[in-house]
Amino acid sequence: MVKVDFKLIDKILERYDYDKGNIIAIMQAIQEEYRYLPQAALEYVAEKIGVSMAKIFGVATFYENFSMDAKGKYVIKVCRGTACHVRKSANVLEAVYEATGLSEGKPSTEDGLFTVEIVSCLGACGLAPVVVVNDEVHSKMTPEKAQALISELKAKEGMR
Amino acid sequence: MRTKLNNRAEFQAVQAKYEAIHNSANRKILVCCGNGCVSSGSLKLYEEMKTAVKASGLKCVVELMEEPEKDAVNVKKTGCIGFCEMGPLVKIEPEGWLYTKVQISDIPEIIESTIMKGEFVSRLAYRNSGILAKKQSEIPFYNKQTRRMLNYCGNIDCESIEDYIGIGGYSAAVKAIFDMTPEQVVEEVIESGIRGRGGAGYPTGKKWSQVAANKNADVKYIVCNGDEGDPGAFMDGSTMEGTPHKVLEGMIIAGIACEAEEAYIYVRAEYPLSVSRLSMAIEQATEMGLLGDNILGSGKNFHIHINQGAGAFVCGEGSAMTNSIEGNRGMPRAKLYHQVDVGLYGKPTCLNNVETFANIPDIINHGAAWFKSVGTEGSTGTKAFALTGNVNNTGIIEVPMGITLREVVVGIGGGIKNYQDFKAVQIGGPSGGCLTYEHLDLPLDFDSLKSVGAIIGSGGLVVMDENTCMVDTARFFMNFICKESCGKCTPCREGTTRMKQILEDICNGEGTMEDLDELEEIARMMEKSSLCGLGKTAANPVLSTLANFRNEYEEHISEKLCRAGVCQKLSQKVYAINAATCIGCTKCARNCPVEAITGQIKTPHVIDASKCIKCGTCMEGCPAGAIYIENGRKGNVKY
Repeated sequence: MVKVDFKLIDKILERYDYDKGNIIAIMQAIQEEYRYLPQAALEYVAEKIGVSMAKIFGVATFYENFSMDAKGKYVIKVCRGTACHVRKSANVLEAVYEATGLSEGKPSTEDGLFTVEIVSCLGACGLAPVVVVNDEVHSKMTPEKAQALISELKAKEGMR
Repeated sequence: MRTKLNNRAEFQAVQAKYEAIHNSANRKILVCCGNGCVSSGSLKLYEEMKTAVKASGLKCVVELMEEPEKDAVNVKKTGCIGFCEMGPLVKIEPEGWLYTKVQISDIPEIIESTIMKGEFVSRLAYRNSGILAKKQSEIPFYNKQTRRMLNYCGNIDCESIEDYIGIGGYSAAVKAIFDMTPEQVVEEVIESGIRGRGGAGYPTGKKWSQVAANKNADVKYIVCNGDEGDPGAFMDGSTMEGTPHKVLEGMIIAGIACEAEEAYIYVRAEYPLSVSRLSMAIEQATEMGLLGDNILGSGKNFHIHINQGAGAFVCGEGSAMTNSIEGNRGMPRAKLYHQVDVGLYGKPTCLNNVETFANIPDIINHGAAWFKSVGTEGSTGTKAFALTGNVNNTGIIEVPMGITLREVVVGIGGGIKNYQDFKAVQIGGPSGGCLTYEHLDLPLDFDSLKSVGAIIGSGGLVVMDENTCMVDTARFFMNFICKESCGKCTPCREGTTRMKQILEDICNGEGTMEDLDELEEIARMMEKSSLCGLGKTAANPVLSTLANFRNEYEEHISEKLCRAGVCQKLSQKVYAINAATCIGCTKCARNCPVEAITGQIKTPHVIDASKCIKCGTCMEGCPAGAIYIENGRKGNVKY
């Protein structure tokens, strides 16, 4: 659990004029900071801008990009858009799951290293299939390349 | 900081200045920094290129804000040049040479040969069946296109308002502000016949006139839909990144026409590059007095805000988008009122797609007649498509409305990858349908596509070869829609879930013939009773694959066979080598990961079916196209 810095949240709220209409932008700013939405932060925001916790939860859970759980150090996004699908991204996803020991029901590793997400299209369809690790794009992936990529990340972290 | 322009004369002076710079014969190095090339590492390439040009003792200009010296080399970061497959791309002006797959290690040679001596580096040229193409215009991928909306994309620095003004940018907005009445602007757009590029094809001019007709509204809004959620489509993203100012200019003109002063651009969360380039463009235009209060002293105001989506496909639907901008769950509303009367914050709202706005400046500058000079009667102008999938040349293309599918897939796309057979083209994303061999000569326009159960949609064209299972494709889209259904109305929420279950059963070999009837029944129910466009069109991929590839569904059910070999639980394909065409090059034997292929050099090879794992590596690599699927029963004809 991270400790939420309320001064930082205040700064974000100020930037968005404590406006209810900016709630999505406020949560995006919080998520950028913590890589997920800590509950304490949301409760604080609800009180400050005068909306119910239910409303905030409603918005936060509606949008795919918001996460209520902490994410791993490496967020691996596997594109499953149409262009990637046609170029066999299902096999790439399977390889990524196998290499990280994760699955659709269990997106993050316990050691906080990896999170695997499925995304619908990253707009790099010309280079399909695409995998994005944090912000770095890896194009024209194959299951073998995906496994090598994860081994490389593990090696970087001193894991075998 | 840029100088604020206070009137039209000052704008014209600035324009003349940058136009002269643009037309000068100075050497330019244009590095493509569109999403595709950035993914291939072009931002680093751009930085290295700048450093290398400076280090070589040449004068280098990056920013146009200062007057460039004579013979200075201008290094520019451009928007998507379009040929993503061959990225990173670098264009050399004034010759117009195009270098493909440029790596950082190629920079010294480019500087030494091309920049210093004016020589062409043929090693980096694009080759099409051995024929070398020096210029962009010599490449079939480009010379069959008509680039209008994207004409600046790849030719100017996408992060520079000076470059845009120098090539004629913002002159349409200035014309609309000073020389035209709002009615005249609306009239010109109606006359051009342009229809919304976001999918439904509603006449843009008509929409504008409806918003404009709300004379008594205290506030009106312009909203630009940049929530390009269709998986497999990225033209709007490329447009926002490549010519952000053109989108802004189109929006300003819409503001004039509808007498609106506030505008929003809703950009999809997955497009951070679009957000940063648009923000930069808004900042630049505001500094120069082309946005904000009292534009060029005309007394007209226009403010543009950016809203970033948070990952919900349904937000591409108009009323869901306005809900999202207001900070709510992005759920659609029942259409008791139209957005043009009661939209964002309950005010009259003009909502158009990115590409629609980007077409507007040219309509105002060159006139409706010019716009109509290409396209068909019912669908005027050009349309951008994202050409992807199993096709040789992938990327962004812009073609006249009414071009045939064959010209796109074969002419521009260069045919199917790896010598495979053509099976289908999926058009219009999860709301669209598929086109088959029979439709290859169908003109791509709003009405022709509608007549065969497909739509242009936002413009994603995903080409599928014979190794694509159409049942699996239908399941893929249904899975997507099922996840993205917002859950507000029952037909869509339950209908997509049930359809997904049925399609999964069929793919797992547990389907029955009655399932096919049930699919059709649910589809009809959803079409009639869903709340918004997402649910109404969600069944299109299923209906269209059922209509065109019913035999594949039936094979899955009665023979438990997936001819494409995609559905793992069904019978698999058997690979074989055609002894008559095998040239005995040994490539397949070397590539086979399980050593299932044997044969002597220059004699036909054989596959041992008991060892074969059906990975398809041999077929993909075969230079003679001699490897085929024995039980595939193709039925898909060569194009």
